[in-house]
Amino acid sequence: MSAVSTASRFKENAHAALIDARLQGALSFSRNFTVRRSAAAERLPEFEALRDSARAIKDHTLAHLDLYLEAYERKVRESGGEVHYAQDADEARRIVVGLCRSFGAKSVAKGKSMVAEEIGLNEALEAAGIEPVETDLGEYAIQLRGERPSHIIAPAIHLTKRDIESDFRRAHRDLPPDRDLSEPEKLLAEARAVLRAKFLAADVGITGANFLVAETGTSIIVTNEGNGDLTQILPRAHIVVASIEKIVPTLEDAAQLLRVLSRSATGQDMSVYTTFSTGPRRADDPDGPGAYHVVVIDNGRSAMLGGAFEDMLRCIRCGACMNHCPVYQALGGHAYGWVYPGPMGAVLTPSLIGVKEGGQLPNASTFCGRCEEVCPVRIPLPKMMRHWREREFERHLSPAPFRYGLGFWAFFATRPALYRFSTGLAARALHLMGRSKGRLSWLPLATGWTRWRDLAAPERTTFQSRWRAKSGATR
Amino acid sequence: MNPRSEATNSREAVFASIRRSLGVAGDEEPRRFEVEARLTKAPVGVRPERGQGDLAARAATFKAEAERAQASVAEVPTLAHVPGEVARFLRDSNCPATVRMGADARFAQMPWSETPLEVAVGASDGHDLNALSFAFAAVAESGTLALVSGPDNPTTLNFLPDNHVVAVARDDLVADMEAVFLKLRAAYGKGAAPRTLNFITGPSRSADIEQTLLLGAHGPRRLHIVIAG
Repeated sequence: MSAVSTASRFKENAHAALIDARLQGALSFSRNFTVRRSAAAERLPEFEALRDSARAIKDHTLAHLDLYLEAYERKVRESGGEVHYAQDADEARRIVVGLCRSFGAKSVAKGKSMVAEEIGLNEALEAAGIEPVETDLGEYAIQLRGERPSHIIAPAIHLTKRDIESDFRRAHRDLPPDRDLSEPEKLLAEARAVLRAKFLAADVGITGANFLVAETGTSIIVTNEGNGDLTQILPRAHIVVASIEKIVPTLEDAAQLLRVLSRSATGQDMSVYTTFSTGPRRADDPDGPGAYHVVVIDNGRSAMLGGAFEDMLRCIRCGACMNHCPVYQALGGHAYGWVYPGPMGAVLTPSLIGVKEGGQLPNASTFCGRCEEVCPVRIPLPKMMRHWREREFERHLSPAPFRYGLGFWAFFATRPALYRFSTGLAARALHLMGRSKGRLSWLPLATGWTRWRDLAAPERTTFQSRWRAKSGATR
Repeated sequence: MNPRSEATNSREAVFASIRRSLGVAGDEEPRRFEVEARLTKAPVGVRPERGQGDLAARAATFKAEAERAQASVAEVPTLAHVPGEVARFLRDSNCPATVRMGADARFAQMPWSETPLEVAVGASDGHDLNALSFAFAAVAESGTLALVSGPDNPTTLNFLPDNHVVAVARDDLVADMEAVFLKLRAAYGKGAAPRTLNFITGPSRSADIEQTLLLGAHGPRRLHIVIAG
């Protein structure tokens, strides 16, 4: 059982998000990402070539995944580390909890990891009497609220500084109640001090991995805060949780992917800390973890290989697709109901938890295509969302009004003469209805739509009839 | 089922599922050959023009890119000038005249007694305000430092102190990450790596609060780079 999902209630979630004024205010800050990404891409003439290179590396690796995993595993062992395999979320949790127990852990520092969210790791640690401490500033803020990340790289993007201030006041009871937390700098300084003590007290550090390098048995993490590094160098043991598709063949391949990752994510040329970790501390090392374990998690991914959704396994979790998505920008990430939001979540969620639970998410798209345009590994996200819609329809999972509506439309569309006649009639009628202001603020049978926006009134005639007139004139 | 056999079964199940989906048995010679070749040859991909050029060009690019990432950069004529620059930086930043560093032989030969600095050697326990490290290399393309773990330069010094000064020999200013990997293979052997390789680009930061960029999240608030030689 993976993390709990409310993806099947997407429509209700979306509705609640749209009328949440606080959330809408917080989301207005997220637009910065798109500007920074395009500036970073423009500043590097080789950016498009790097995207092709990144895509090719991922495709090659996925086609040889079994062999690269074997090579990776061998190298981790050679450097003194251990590799564990988990078929599903349940097994992954049991392995990590078991490892933490074997190190006598009471407290665990955690670097930001989406796969840890996917397997519901914090809940499992808590149930085992082990305290998980999220150390990424955003993750820490949402952990205090008992929430889940609403964005894969900016987990607290749905919060305002006022929200974070009140959570800090509630959680940090031993600090003076009249202290000044009015500015983000003050909040950061407080989190730094509180978490520094937690780092130094943690028995085990758990991080995710952006990449696993087969050539050297290395795990790579990319952060800006440095929390992932303190998480892994201070405690007695470092546990890496990573899904099978994080493998890349060589250090050179990792360098290609790193160049597109940060630019696509935050618009930085490089994130501040890109850390390569190989095995536990060496004989003469004065610091670093005494033990190094990697838990390689499948949880549904191997079944995606060779199928219609294999391209999704190229994803490097940069978040560019959601940053550029009009639906995500309007709703934020929580409405998607599971772990991964935005276009990548709309494709991945049904693959991992089933089309019955996640099948509504691929409908959360205007098919504007911007996600595919900015995806650093060129995943055809709109095409795959269409695949899911088709499967949802085939399996009779789409709602009845949608199915009847489609049948109604198909009746006309397959009878060209009738279609031309009736659409011509409808165009004239709508034109007349919207004549006064050129817009329609109410439509019969579509009040759910017109409640939130106006429909531009059509021209007097249909596209088809104008086209006929035009081509008739030029012939 | 005992834990050991469960672990073996899970490993086999994951590999079997991957191979079933890919339609392979795993022992096909051409596939094995291709993977072996890639791991051995480690072909380089696209190397951006930005970091390339002779040493002078690389130094200029490195400085500009590091400053873009909010690091400060100073250049001194020889390694013997490093202590003076460290003392100046700490004084100008209103920091106490203390510094912790690793056992790097290059530091041991520097004239620390000519400065007012109180020097400590070894890993940090979290109570040091200032640290000094020697970079393994520096990447011109992105203004990035490459630091490797070990007694010479303990990794804790890169993250725990508030102010991090990093010395780098001018000759170690390379074009890109690919050049660092070449240097790494020369030092550690092909397919081997130090416990930790840190690529560091500017001081620690976070934009998690309303997308406001703030320096000094968990790592150093200041990063000062001294190019020597």
